[in-house]
Amino acid sequence: MFDFSVITQWIDNLLRSWMPGGWALFIEFVLVGVALLLLYALIALALIYIERKVCAFFQCRLGPNRVGPYGLIQSVADMFKMLIKELIDIKHTDKFLFNLAPYIVIASSMLAFGCLPFGNGLIVLDYNIGIFFIMAVSSIGVLGILLAGWASNNKFTLIGAMRSGSQMISYELSIGLSFLTMVIFAGTMQTSGIVEAQTSGWFIFRGHVPAIVAFIIYLVAGTAETNRGPFDLPEAESELTAGYHTEYSGIHFGFFYLAEYLNLFIVSGIATLLFLGGWMPFHIGGWEAFNHIMDFIPSVIWFFGKVFVVMFIIMWFKWTFPRLRIDQLLRLEWKYLVPISLVNLLLMVLVVIFGLHF
Amino acid sequence: MNSLFVVVFITGLALVAAALLIAGWISPRSFNPQKGEAYECGIPTRGTSWMQFRVGYYLFAILFLMFDVETVFLFPWAVIVRDLGVGGLINILFFMIILVLGLAYAWKKGALEWK
Repeated sequence: MFDFSVITQWIDNLLRSWMPGGWALFIEFVLVGVALLLLYALIALALIYIERKVCAFFQCRLGPNRVGPYGLIQSVADMFKMLIKELIDIKHTDKFLFNLAPYIVIASSMLAFGCLPFGNGLIVLDYNIGIFFIMAVSSIGVLGILLAGWASNNKFTLIGAMRSGSQMISYELSIGLSFLTMVIFAGTMQTSGIVEAQTSGWFIFRGHVPAIVAFIIYLVAGTAETNRGPFDLPEAESELTAGYHTEYSGIHFGFFYLAEYLNLFIVSGIATLLFLGGWMPFHIGGWEAFNHIMDFIPSVIWFFGKVFVVMFIIMWFKWTFPRLRIDQLLRLEWKYLVPISLVNLLLMVLVVIFGLHF
Repeated sequence: MNSLFVVVFITGLALVAAALLIAGWISPRSFNPQKGEAYECGIPTRGTSWMQFRVGYYLFAILFLMFDVETVFLFPWAVIVRDLGVGGLINILFFMIILVLGLAYAWKKGALEWK
C-alpha cells in the first residue's frame, strides 16, 4: 500500500529547509487544522446530500434534483441559506450556556474525527490510548446537548435534552463494552496498531462469534448514540418540535445538524476501524492474484468505501424500524445489550486466552 | 503529539467562531418583541422551564456512572489479556461479579423499569 506519510514527511522537510523549526511547526499545525476543517465540512455536505437521496429512494421519490446535476449542489445551497438566516436572540435564555453549547458539541466531534485513520499514514491524533481517547471525547458531546436543552428555557428543549442525555449515556455503555471486546482481541488501544493487527484478516472474520456479536451490538448502540433511525425520540418532531435545538436559529442550529452528521461518520468510521479492517484491503488467503489486485486500490478509498457501506446500513435502519418509546429504548439497553455485552466480553477473553481465533 | 491535540481542539472552536462571524456579518437583523419569546405553539409561556423533572433520568445516570467506571478499570487489563492469561481472568472475574451483582440488584429493585 502507498504510505501517505511519505508526502507528509516531504512537506515537513521542505518547510524545515525554508524556515526555522518553530515556524515550520506552526505552518504544519495550520495546514493540519485547515485540512481537518475542509474534510469535516466536505464530509458533512456530502452526507447531507447522501442522506436525502437515500431517504428519497427508500420512499420511491427522486430527492433533491434541481440545484446542479443530480442535485449535487443542494447541500451547499442549504449551507449558504443557513448562513444568511437571522440569529434570533431569545429573551429568557441563559445566554452564556446557550452560546457555549455549539462549541462543545463541535469540538468534541472534531476531536473524535481527528483520531480516525483515513489511510495508510493519514492520521492526525495517533495516541497509544486511541480508542479510549475517542470514547472519552465523544462523550463530551452529551454535555453540549444537555446545556443546549437546559439553557434554552423551553419545555420542549428540556424534555428533548433529558431524553437525549439518558439515551446517549445509556448506549455509551454498550459502545464501551464492545470497544473493550475488540481491544482484548487486538491487544492494543492505538488506532494505527489496531489497523496493523488486521493485516492478515479483518477482526470480524478472525474474531469468531464474539466479534460478530460485538459488531451487531456496536451498530445498534452507535445508531442510538447518534440519535438517528429508530432511536430518534429526542427530536421526535410530532411530540417535541425539534428536541433540544428548538430555540436555535440559523447557523446556530446548523452546528447541531453538522455535529449529528459528523457523529454518524465517526461512528461508522470506528466500526470500520475496529471490525472491518480500517484501511486494510480485502484479502482472501491463498488467492495471490486477487490479493495483489486489491492492494492496488488506494487505502483512502478502502476506508471511505467501508465507512459508506456502514453508513448506508445505519440509514437503512432509519427507514425500516418504527420509532421506539423511551421505556422500550432503556429496556433494550439495560436488560438486553448490557448483559449480552458482558457475556460476550468473557467469551472473547476465553477465545483470546485459549487461542481459538484464526 | 500533545500539541496536536490542542490544534484539533482549536480547529473545532475556530469552525464555530468563523461560521458565527460570517453569519453575524451577512445575516439580516430585525427587532420584534414577539420573536424573543420561547417557542411554544404560539401560546405565551406559563412559568419557567427550569423546574424539577422526573428522577428516572438521574437514576439511569447513576447506573451509567457505575458501569462506565467499570469499563475504565477494565481497559488496562484488556490490553494485556494475552500476557496475563487465565490468572488475570480469574482476578478480574471477582471485580466483574461484584458489578454484575450491582446490576442484578438494580434490576430486582425495579430501577431499570420506566414507570
